[in-house]
Amino acid sequence: MGQTIIEKIIARNTGMDTVKPGDIVTVQVDRVMIHDIFIPFVAEKFEEMGFTRIWDPDKAVLIYDHLVPASQVDDTRHFRIGDAFAEKYGMNNVHRSDGICHQLMTEAGYVKPGDVVFGTDSHTTTYGCVGAFSSGIGYTEMASILGTGTMWIKVPETIRVVIEGTLPSNVTSKDMILRLIGDLGADGATYRALEFSGDTVDAMSVSSRMTMANMAVECGAKCALFTPDEKTAEYCGISLTDAEQGLVGDADAAYCREIRYQAEELVPVLACPSQVDHIEPVSKLAGIKIDQVFIGSCTNGRLEDLMMAASILKGKRVAPYVKLIVTPASRLIYQQAVRNGTMEILSKAGAVITHPGCGLCCGRTGGILSDGERVVATNNRNFLGRMGTSKVEIYLASPATAAASALTGTITEPETCRL
Amino acid sequence: MAETFTARVWVLGDDIDTDIIIPTEYLALKTIDDMKQYAFSPLCPELAAQIRPGDVIVAGKNFGCGSSREQAPEIIKALGIRCVIAKSFARIFFRNAINNGLLLVENPTLRDAVSEGDEVQVELGRAILHQGKEYRIASLPQNLRDIINAGGLVKAMRRRNGLD
Repeated sequence: MGQTIIEKIIARNTGMDTVKPGDIVTVQVDRVMIHDIFIPFVAEKFEEMGFTRIWDPDKAVLIYDHLVPASQVDDTRHFRIGDAFAEKYGMNNVHRSDGICHQLMTEAGYVKPGDVVFGTDSHTTTYGCVGAFSSGIGYTEMASILGTGTMWIKVPETIRVVIEGTLPSNVTSKDMILRLIGDLGADGATYRALEFSGDTVDAMSVSSRMTMANMAVECGAKCALFTPDEKTAEYCGISLTDAEQGLVGDADAAYCREIRYQAEELVPVLACPSQVDHIEPVSKLAGIKIDQVFIGSCTNGRLEDLMMAASILKGKRVAPYVKLIVTPASRLIYQQAVRNGTMEILSKAGAVITHPGCGLCCGRTGGILSDGERVVATNNRNFLGRMGTSKVEIYLASPATAAASALTGTITEPETCRL
Repeated sequence: MAETFTARVWVLGDDIDTDIIIPTEYLALKTIDDMKQYAFSPLCPELAAQIRPGDVIVAGKNFGCGSSREQAPEIIKALGIRCVIAKSFARIFFRNAINNGLLLVENPTLRDAVSEGDEVQVELGRAILHQGKEYRIASLPQNLRDIINAGGLVKAMRRRNGLD
């Protein structure tokens, strides 16, 4: 009997020959990520539990992103508590203004294929892009991992998603994952692992895979996994071991469901307000007037996303009434986009370029909207009130659809997103 | 040594979400004891007052779906519910329940056989007995039983660290 990728990762981590869905096992945690919003609660629970040391301080990463730079006076309290906690317990991996946690975890090399990683943010599923098992947890559990280095988990069933063929020139991995969420429903993968394969996926960059793994949690998934390949190795700056190369879903593995897509049949789509699984083709909603466009976040704030937008906006100017907010996912991406001219193109097109961070996506800063306003955004959630008041309409889209819509000031299908 | 207890049953349906367990509007109340009277109020406002310590809830699939609020399992526990038996549990609720010391039991068929007010005999890790019929249940691993028996993850860790 073969195994799925998640079963292989868990079996290897726990030293078992095989595991099966439903088994409850204790894993040795390879890395944890704590973000600024929850660090005060983690610190409080950690000490209430009576721990006096972190099991392995180098395996813990503290990242300030939701509150950076502070937009309210009380925000700085989180930094003070975080800094004090890091110093007291010898944590050296602290990022105070380098970018969004989920971007940094892979970009800075904290996660590698086959790792078991937990984070205090629900989009921790992102690291499945390099073949790691990563999932979001609460602050109480994070505190116990910091003390013990272990975590109990239930082995999930796996939904296999196979995508074959060549994506149309105006369709991105964002359109792919939105379509899947629409098909599965917001709870369609609850508790389960998603496993992506097929030659469309093989052809995708790690950044594009990251977009899909990031949004897996929006259909309830515990994690989302891609087989590590040569692109993964290059991205992570490593040579893949046999075990890492073997993180492939076996042909005779037991999947609870298999979903197949033919890439040529996919179209640019939007998630409509205020349900992430309410998916419609962009063409169907074309012409709806918008007030703002947001290109950024841990979902779509990478260099390829900014370059995709720049290729559409080059030499042009956004509609006069549209605010275009561009937020690179990290300082490194910011620098790369400056060096290769992307930022200049975006700026000349009228973009407001903000600091790397969670800002607008979590509705705290950098472009909050008001009653009756509409935004086309590249992030991952369009919940009521996410980017301002509950009467803001948020449409989630690819960077290409976002850029094309910024130009016309209405929801617009991109002609192409290929560079 | 298996733990066995007899309990009165409250029956609930599928997809009991955390907003049903405790609506958002009551989350700002200061304590769990303040909140618990509103448990399940969108579905059945009288339920919370009728639950007696030692009762069990028997529900359908996906119990506890929705938000990650840890108050949901805390309130069920505060009402004195001995355990929740469901066809399945939502992922985050399952973890939060264990970590807050609330016992959960999965069984796919009991829900469709019981009626409100019935009695069940629960033998943890082995079976539930209802009107002469036995429904098998899986055993939770020792580490999870330790967390529940300690009264939750914080207490379990305090005990582990020699504080209590």
